[in-house]
Amino acid sequence: MGVEIKVDDLSKSFGKQLIWGDVTLTVPAGEICVMLGPSGTGKSVFLKTLIGLLKPDKGSILIEGTDIASCSERELYEIRKLFGVLFQDGAMFGSMNLYDNVAFPLREHTRKSESEVREIVMEKMDLVGLLGAEDKLPGEISGGMRKRAGLARALVLDPEIVLFDEPDSGLDPVRTAFLNQLIVDLNAQIDATFLIVTHDINTARTVPDNIGLLYHRHLAMFGPREQLLSSEEPVVRQFLNAQKVGPIGMSEEKDATDLAAEEGQELPPLPPIPLQLDPSNGVPRRSQRPAGEWCRDNGVTPPPGSFESSNAGLAPGA
Amino acid sequence: MATSVSSRALAPVAVAGNLFAFALDVLRGLFRRPFQLREFIQQAWFIASVTIIPTALVAIPFGAVIALQVGGLIKQFGAQSFTGSASVLAVVQQAAPIGTALLIAGAGGSAIAADLGARKIREELDAMMVLGIDPIQRLVVPRVLACMLVAFFLNGMVSVVGVTGGYVFNVILQDGTPGAYLASFTALAQLPDLWIGLIKALVFGLIAAIVACYKGMNAKGGPKGVGDAVNESVVITFLLLFVANFVLSMIYLQVIPPKGG
Repeated sequence: MGVEIKVDDLSKSFGKQLIWGDVTLTVPAGEICVMLGPSGTGKSVFLKTLIGLLKPDKGSILIEGTDIASCSERELYEIRKLFGVLFQDGAMFGSMNLYDNVAFPLREHTRKSESEVREIVMEKMDLVGLLGAEDKLPGEISGGMRKRAGLARALVLDPEIVLFDEPDSGLDPVRTAFLNQLIVDLNAQIDATFLIVTHDINTARTVPDNIGLLYHRHLAMFGPREQLLSSEEPVVRQFLNAQKVGPIGMSEEKDATDLAAEEGQELPPLPPIPLQLDPSNGVPRRSQRPAGEWCRDNGVTPPPGSFESSNAGLAPGA
Repeated sequence: MATSVSSRALAPVAVAGNLFAFALDVLRGLFRRPFQLREFIQQAWFIASVTIIPTALVAIPFGAVIALQVGGLIKQFGAQSFTGSASVLAVVQQAAPIGTALLIAGAGGSAIAADLGARKIREELDAMMVLGIDPIQRLVVPRVLACMLVAFFLNGMVSVVGVTGGYVFNVILQDGTPGAYLASFTALAQLPDLWIGLIKALVFGLIAAIVACYKGMNAKGGPKGVGDAVNESVVITFLLLFVANFVLSMIYLQVIPPKGG
């Protein structure tokens, strides 16, 4: 049914360099969240901290009453069984074929017989569209296939929380669209909590229930999709609409002279908010909210043309 | 400025500390069940297959050089009848474990560091930890044990090949008498010499495997990082091995009185 992740006042630095500080957010159970941020703002570090691969300097991460940041190694290995993680390049074990890779967690953690293992593995392989490729080695397949195989492995223990580290990096727009559809369908099917780290704004605009934005060593904003897409806050607005005008520069921050030069420049109007991606069977997900509900409830007028099409305001070609 | 200098000066201390902490983790992992028998056998086979032939090839000239050197020296003292004994002592106590260790570190250790390093940068190790499996128990412990086992047997092989090589060179090149060479074996050498050789081989195998695994698992910065990890693991292992050899030899010579002394 999905598990809530409660992050409180989390900070992480490498040596003297602060990566991000005071991050407080709650990933609601069963919902899809996207964590956005310009390159190099520590999105992957955030993900690795959530699963205890990196220790934060302060703060807590509560999952089912266990604090990942301070629990013992043994508790950590226990709690990780709730997680499924899709790594950037799939992180398949190079010495095993795809079948053994996907079967690995089952063989390690369950006492299922080989025929039961086979049944589950084949089901997951079918889910990600990799039937027939079981005997291939990870080195012999394309990056997109490795990602899908990684997803199959992440799902094999029926996780309560699924983390995606840039599922769309290195994929073509068509495959990205298929993968996004797969993510939405999966969420409808297993009701797990999904957290996607990405910097692809098309994914961020259409897939999630909630969006977070990491910028300049802190969490700039975290909230429902419609809140961020209709936000006038400069950083959020610039990033979600891929504009050059705004506080984000080529190297993290713009300097004062650049910002001064932009002063008075007319900001382009906010693009319309697209419809959220529906599961392919058309039945809304349990955590999905009706289009425009947040805007109505909070008295925000969405940009003109919102909620009319599923690709409004997206970058061309998507 | 002062802090950066001190932190740079302290960096090697931190590495030494981390390496030691890693060794303790491995020690703890040794006793954790289930034991990865399959991985252990595969690794032992792999390490043996990459080290046996080079080790044998190194052992022959090693034994021969010692025989020539010791033989030449001993002749000046007019004690040719002890040539066999002296070369057995040198080969069994020093040359065999050191030769074994160099090859275990150079061939086996570098392969382990490269393998684990590649897994590290492909995030395979992270994936494993996330799947709830401790890579130390699953990958490192079997490799360490395999390295020790192979080192133990290789040491025996180097002893035999080295002594045989010494015999051949002594008899053919230095006109030694076969009977005297063999008969003098027990004049200076004794059984504990064999034990210390085997203990050294085990310790060297342990050090080589732990350093290789540590360096491999801490590789960073892409493919170049893996190369650096392999390089550093071999260099650090060699340094540690010679220090460990010195310490073990000193203790041994203090504890066990030399025969006929």
